[in-house]
Amino acid sequence: MMRVLLLALRRLATSLPTLLVLLVGLFLLLQLAPGDTVDALVAQIGGGDPTMIDELRRYYGLDASVAVQLGRYVWRLLQLDLGYSAIYGKPVSDVILERLPATLLLMGSALSFAFAAGMALGVLSARRVNKWPDTLISTLGLIFYATPSFWFGLMGIVIFAVKLGWLPAGGIEEIGAGYTGLRRILDIAWHLLLPTVTLGLIFLATYLRIMRASMLEVMNLDFVRTARAKGLSPRQVITAHVLRNALLPMITLVGLQAGTMLGGSVVVESVFALPGLGRLAYESVVQRDLNTLLGIVFVSALLVIVINFLVDLVYAHLDPRIVT
Amino acid sequence: MRLTRRATLLTASATLLSPLFPRLTYAQDVPRRGGVLTAHLGSEQRILNPALRASTGVYLMTSKIMEALVDLDANGNPAPVLATEWEATPDGKAVTFKLRQGVTWHDGKPFTAADVQYTAMEMWKKHLNYGTQLQRYLESVDTPDPHTAVFRYSRPMPLNLLLRALCDLGYIAPRHVFEGTNILENPANTAPIGTGPFKFVQYERGQFIIAERNQNYWRKDFPYLDRIVWRVITDKSAVAAALETGQIQLSSYNGLSLSDLDRLKEDERFEVSTRGIEANAFNNTLEFNTRRKELSDVRVRRAIAHAIDVEFFIENFLYGQGKPATGPIPSSSSAFYPGGEPPYPFDTKKAAALLDEAGYKPGADGTRFSLKLVPILNGEDVPLLATFIQQSLAEVGIKVEVVQLDVAGALTTVYRDWNFDIATGWHQYRGDPAVSTTVWYRSGSPKGAPWTNQWGWQSDRIDQLIDQAATEIDPAKRKALYAEWVTAVNEEIPVWMITERQFFAATSKQVRNHHNTPRWDSSDWHDTWITSS
Repeated sequence: MMRVLLLALRRLATSLPTLLVLLVGLFLLLQLAPGDTVDALVAQIGGGDPTMIDELRRYYGLDASVAVQLGRYVWRLLQLDLGYSAIYGKPVSDVILERLPATLLLMGSALSFAFAAGMALGVLSARRVNKWPDTLISTLGLIFYATPSFWFGLMGIVIFAVKLGWLPAGGIEEIGAGYTGLRRILDIAWHLLLPTVTLGLIFLATYLRIMRASMLEVMNLDFVRTARAKGLSPRQVITAHVLRNALLPMITLVGLQAGTMLGGSVVVESVFALPGLGRLAYESVVQRDLNTLLGIVFVSALLVIVINFLVDLVYAHLDPRIVT
Repeated sequence: MRLTRRATLLTASATLLSPLFPRLTYAQDVPRRGGVLTAHLGSEQRILNPALRASTGVYLMTSKIMEALVDLDANGNPAPVLATEWEATPDGKAVTFKLRQGVTWHDGKPFTAADVQYTAMEMWKKHLNYGTQLQRYLESVDTPDPHTAVFRYSRPMPLNLLLRALCDLGYIAPRHVFEGTNILENPANTAPIGTGPFKFVQYERGQFIIAERNQNYWRKDFPYLDRIVWRVITDKSAVAAALETGQIQLSSYNGLSLSDLDRLKEDERFEVSTRGIEANAFNNTLEFNTRRKELSDVRVRRAIAHAIDVEFFIENFLYGQGKPATGPIPSSSSAFYPGGEPPYPFDTKKAAALLDEAGYKPGADGTRFSLKLVPILNGEDVPLLATFIQQSLAEVGIKVEVVQLDVAGALTTVYRDWNFDIATGWHQYRGDPAVSTTVWYRSGSPKGAPWTNQWGWQSDRIDQLIDQAATEIDPAKRKALYAEWVTAVNEEIPVWMITERQFFAATSKQVRNHHNTPRWDSSDWHDTWITSS
């Protein structure tokens, strides 16, 4: 336990400078984009006059030089203050905390779905390698991988919500229905079904192929032959020996894709009108809301660090030879 | 209930049919109390206070919660809301508003002239976009008694201009909530307190806003609806799905894509129309940077206008939703529209002749000169038009490079950096040319002010006409001045108004008494109701 804690601290210590460089870099990069948050606001409300525009620049602190603005930002960051969101008019940390649950829920369920289905299908096609189930699964995987997620989402809405009326067209829950407890959980699950499948299908293909390849590789190793020679049934060989070893590359992939999923959900969140971080990030770019955007980057980076840390722990559990 | 002509006609036809469909008549004619109307919100607003932000996106929800001094009636004339009577002195320098009595704010405090005075001086004059311009010469608001507000101007203010503008720029905020606070950071900006038929309940960012019936509304027995819910949906295709599944009953101001609008027109369940949004006309525009030598020649600007087949564009790219513009005042503005034809009909031969005459003969590769085009992406049609302009101008030997930027980037590039040759976007007309239209032509606008004359172009005569019209008190003389002005700017075209368009709304037929005034989506919806299923 002590070792885990030490490991966590060491990880954090090495990540902090990276985080700072990332944020400062992004801050400077965003200065290159023409227009600031006042331009974006004026564009949104369809025009404004110079008096109002000057007033607003002063209000948002944009009348200072870039160096001064950066200095102010870093100083606030050191005090663990992410600043004030220009779009939402409240502290960035509040804005992000409001949005985090939806993203985590969507990301978690999509990742679990992709992982579980990818694993099952991967095992299936590895066991029937080069027979028709394998070909079918691989082809389907390829189709899912090649199709853009917004199209999947929209088609899902058109078929299951508009034509059949089985699932809701968007949103995270029934508005103003006032459900509580289990009813609310079911309602949210109901709303998240289509988005989860849409987001998950893209990643499914990757998991499927990795699982298939690593199963095939492990199945040819000596210890599997030994296990078979011991007289274990094929099912026992697969579950007790092959699967555990074949899972390692899959776990690596989860760690890597956690970051991608945060970004990948912009499209899904927009199509399904979900209040998540991806859409918030997109809106902050369009509205040039620097504080919010940097805040999201900060939180996402933290999230990726945490997930990779967890992945390391799972590694150590699956394969005791890996000691960090 | 006020009886509009439209309501009368509807009732008449329903009465004729009533022996055949007795129950149908009942369902159609008797407003039902109760029910929830869910409307679409395309983009989230930073501030939900129409006294600080003039924008249809803000009015869409806040106009049900807060009220203006006046609003447009079914015939497009200013009608009383919080103000009951108005009168201007003969010199046009003082306008007296009598205010409605017995009105209370949602928090129970009475509405008085002090609220009007505070809102006008502290919000409209200091913060409200277009309001600061409109009220520039407002010196003070006197309150001789709690129900009278006298606006005093240092220059004559045409009463018609003021009244028309106040429908949008005349929302009143509660003084007791804002006074002594930082106006822009006041919590009431995202949890509005007003006098309107609906009370603010909840705002979940990124998801929805809810308002419910105000039991103490000053219009007795109104509103009909129990609740209004606004759902935030940013993806246009998802909006169509939400309408079709009944998740929302209304999407306005072109919240749907042009193709979905066209498709849903054929759908029995919806009304897709510009009815009730007439007050918000807009144009596709082409702005010329006359600092470019070629574009400083009016013949070149005219040639470019002649080279673009506007009717073809409207038919094939806009699904016929629009018509060629005749100038900067749209035909829907009956108080000012001077009539006329589109000044530059499609004619490539004439365009080529004009370019030749200006001395820009085609080079060896057929190119006369090259231009940089910056599209300002207000709507989905802007990039389409940019490409169409590019291809049309190639036909007459002008090479166009399209520079892709997002809205904030494009605004800065065009209006602050002047780093463009031509630009294309939208011009929005707000009921009176003096509100947001003449600034596109008047010289002297400070560098960086968007949607104003930043074209490096100036005409004494046009400046003079604009100034004269802005302070002319006689409505007939004002209209004549604007007619003269339209002719003059059509001749010079520093900006070319290409199309004239109106916003479309798609409304479920479950919704009744909808779009019965020219700015209905931005009105209070006190008489709107919804059928039970």
